[in-house]
Amino acid sequence: MKKFISILSVLVLLPLFAVAQNDGGIVRADNSKFALTNAKIYTVTNGVIEKGTIIINNGIIEAVGANINIPGDAQVIDYSGQEIYPGMIDSGTRLGLSEIGSISEANDFREFGEITPNMQALTAVNPNSVAIPVTRVSGVTSALTMPAGGPLPGTAATISLFGYTPDQMYAGSKGVVMNFPSSAQRGWRRRTPEQIEKARERAQETINDAFDKAELYAKIKESDAARYYPEMEALAKVVTGEVLLYIEVNSAKDITSALEWVEERGYKNVVLTGVAEGWRVADEIAKSGFPVITGPVLSTPTRGSDAYDTAYKNPGLMQKAGIKVALRTMDTENSRNLPYNAGFAATYGMGREEALKAITINAAEIMGVGDELGSIEVGKKANIFVSTGDPFQTSTKILDVFIDGYKIPMTSRHTELYDEFLNRTPGLNKNATKVDG
Amino acid sequence: MIKTSSLFILFLCVSALHAQTKKGDVLIKNGTVITITDGTLENTDVLVRNGKIDRIGKNLKAPNGVEEVDATGKFVMPGIIDAHSHIAGTSINEGTSQVTAEVSMEDVVDPLDVSIYRALAGGVTSIHLMHGSANVIGGQNETLKLRWGSTNPDDLRFEGAPRTIKFALGENPTRGGRSRGIQPQSRMGVEAMLRNTFSDAVKYRDAWNEYRSNKSSRKVAPEYSLRMETMVDILEGEVLVHCHSYRADEIYMLMKVFSDFGIERLTFQHANEAYKVAPELAEFGASASVFADWWAYKLEVYYSTAYNAAILTKNGVNTSINSDSGELIRHLFHEAAKTQKYGDLSDNEALALITLNPAKQLGIDNRVGSLEKGKDADIAIFDSHPLSIYAVPQMTFVDGVKYFDIENDVADQRIYIDPESTVENVQIFYADDHDKCMEGANVVNFYDLFNNK
Repeated sequence: MKKFISILSVLVLLPLFAVAQNDGGIVRADNSKFALTNAKIYTVTNGVIEKGTIIINNGIIEAVGANINIPGDAQVIDYSGQEIYPGMIDSGTRLGLSEIGSISEANDFREFGEITPNMQALTAVNPNSVAIPVTRVSGVTSALTMPAGGPLPGTAATISLFGYTPDQMYAGSKGVVMNFPSSAQRGWRRRTPEQIEKARERAQETINDAFDKAELYAKIKESDAARYYPEMEALAKVVTGEVLLYIEVNSAKDITSALEWVEERGYKNVVLTGVAEGWRVADEIAKSGFPVITGPVLSTPTRGSDAYDTAYKNPGLMQKAGIKVALRTMDTENSRNLPYNAGFAATYGMGREEALKAITINAAEIMGVGDELGSIEVGKKANIFVSTGDPFQTSTKILDVFIDGYKIPMTSRHTELYDEFLNRTPGLNKNATKVDG
Repeated sequence: MIKTSSLFILFLCVSALHAQTKKGDVLIKNGTVITITDGTLENTDVLVRNGKIDRIGKNLKAPNGVEEVDATGKFVMPGIIDAHSHIAGTSINEGTSQVTAEVSMEDVVDPLDVSIYRALAGGVTSIHLMHGSANVIGGQNETLKLRWGSTNPDDLRFEGAPRTIKFALGENPTRGGRSRGIQPQSRMGVEAMLRNTFSDAVKYRDAWNEYRSNKSSRKVAPEYSLRMETMVDILEGEVLVHCHSYRADEIYMLMKVFSDFGIERLTFQHANEAYKVAPELAEFGASASVFADWWAYKLEVYYSTAYNAAILTKNGVNTSINSDSGELIRHLFHEAAKTQKYGDLSDNEALALITLNPAKQLGIDNRVGSLEKGKDADIAIFDSHPLSIYAVPQMTFVDGVKYFDIENDVADQRIYIDPESTVENVQIFYADDHDKCMEGANVVNFYDLFNNK
């Protein structure tokens, strides 16, 4: 009898060994020609197709619609009962730049110096960061990855969350980051109002001085007299409007100052980021016409006197005032929570449709890549995801993700650890020769 | 006459000791009642009398003078319990020694913290106000009920809740050791410190037991130590240990230490790698209180998975999801919902992670954590299923008293406004500000200690 049980347990365990032999097998991204059929397609820009097909070829959406001819050489995937959305875009992260938060050697988003706009985030993006697959299997396919630090810490880049070199990941948009002098508290350390004001004034002088020089440099840079000056080279492109200027600004007072500063300088290609108190001065921002990247939506209110749900309502209040709003997590390893940030914004006033735009088409348009990303349209990059339903709902599963036409392996460290440890082998007893009931 | 007045004074003292917090009466009508322990009941009423759940059933009548709340189309669930919080505390770390079992968070409860109201607005009714993680054996924690509005810290105490204490393993206490040039600087040192301290506690207990049993009139009492008294209380199971931990090896180590000293109840806090030793945790009977998805903010959480709570639950480990954050505490229902994405937990399993399971970890599951006759009326009402992203908390009751009502929500909830503050502070939320556990702990270093700073 005992013998029988051991034979039986071997038989039961056999399929497990078969699976184990597959461990280490590499699943590669696949860039065949695809026909995704029978799905409910949320195009974002052209409504919802109840039962439609998308043809992906050469990284591009070749066709989309209800009655599409399926090419003979296409790999057909039937997504009956599933939903397809444009890949989500996180408009503020440190993806690729930060691997482990507390270890300075594993962080590359902060360079020494106050005026370093020539520092390129794209250069430091690690394509093999563990956080990248963790993020993209949740349907986030692109991200703005940003440097941090002093008044002008560097140049941010929009990246695709798939590729083996920074160039393979580059999604066509860069912008200089400016931290507008802040009158707010940040972090644990308390500063007195006097300390804050002193630091703010000093930062304002530094920024004004840098941009005075940049304006001059823009005028003379073609002349022989202009020497090599990489910082000014970067800022001059902001002055002429060739490159975006992302102005990080949060308190109401500072937003007003920033808008005045931009108007005085006459810069046109400007995006306000952060904008935690945007709702307080929403009409002013709307009047300026500048778009806003805000978030995380899952934040505490900026003031003790504010209502508990102020941060949840901020994006909706700005959007209703007529501002073009995109959302960000300002996270790295948890950029995957972008749909939940959008979900809270949707619940607290923005509505589902506008919240979806805020993490797709609005983000793409704000970064100047609206003709390539942000919606399911013919000719756009094939950045899409397939889900079991509403991606804002936590119970929804993301089934497949396509980035630049590649069907991405749906694995990440988090799924791999789940597979290994859900039913660990050996369990409690390593020396157990057989399984007793 | 003298006798009467002294009796009166005695009466005053007794009533001061048993200061009564407010208890409410309410009838919550016609909601979907998520009991956690007895299924989800449609079109059901919950009657609360004097702060306790009196009846759960259909077509209950409100007794005279009892307010009715119409919960038609709404969801009624047990108040959410956060097993790891640092809101409502004026300080977090006593980091001057690697063992500070003598200090307690009960002395630093801040009833004025507006985070309390914000947590109530997220359906939270109880928190475990924890000491920080700067030292191996930290201070004692305090379990609170969020009775917002009182300026008396004692009114927030969860009366009758077991005492608990914070331990910490891994990077935080070893960082403290390194910065001060003392033990521990490694996970070996952490184990040694635990075993040494518990061994001292056993000796201390034996010395006092011998003293008490010694009938000699010439006996001399051993030295009294509040620190050692607390350690003895841990040995005797009167103080529950909640241990900050991340890596599987250190979790396993503490279970072995506790086995050797005969300590049975143990909850691992954070425990990002608990999933790796889930069978061992289940065998020991230890609990885990984890994040839904936080990881990668330090080396010891780099090998994490958001499926942690699901793996633990499916391996039979009592698991809760906590916040450790004044931001996250406001949407623990959403954090619990993530276990449906990461591991397919059922609605009831997911909601137990923020109600009954943390109640068990804090030893208060006889009072809260589910909707049952006789339990405290700590209740949250949502407009849709609490695991939906579109759910908005509507009302929150503690002891049957309504402390949050979205209909009567006023923006400015501050109880205390600093009279010296001319301009209101604007604080920008910083997503990287994880790990509040170390707040205030990085100010003391070896140099400072010996330079009287």
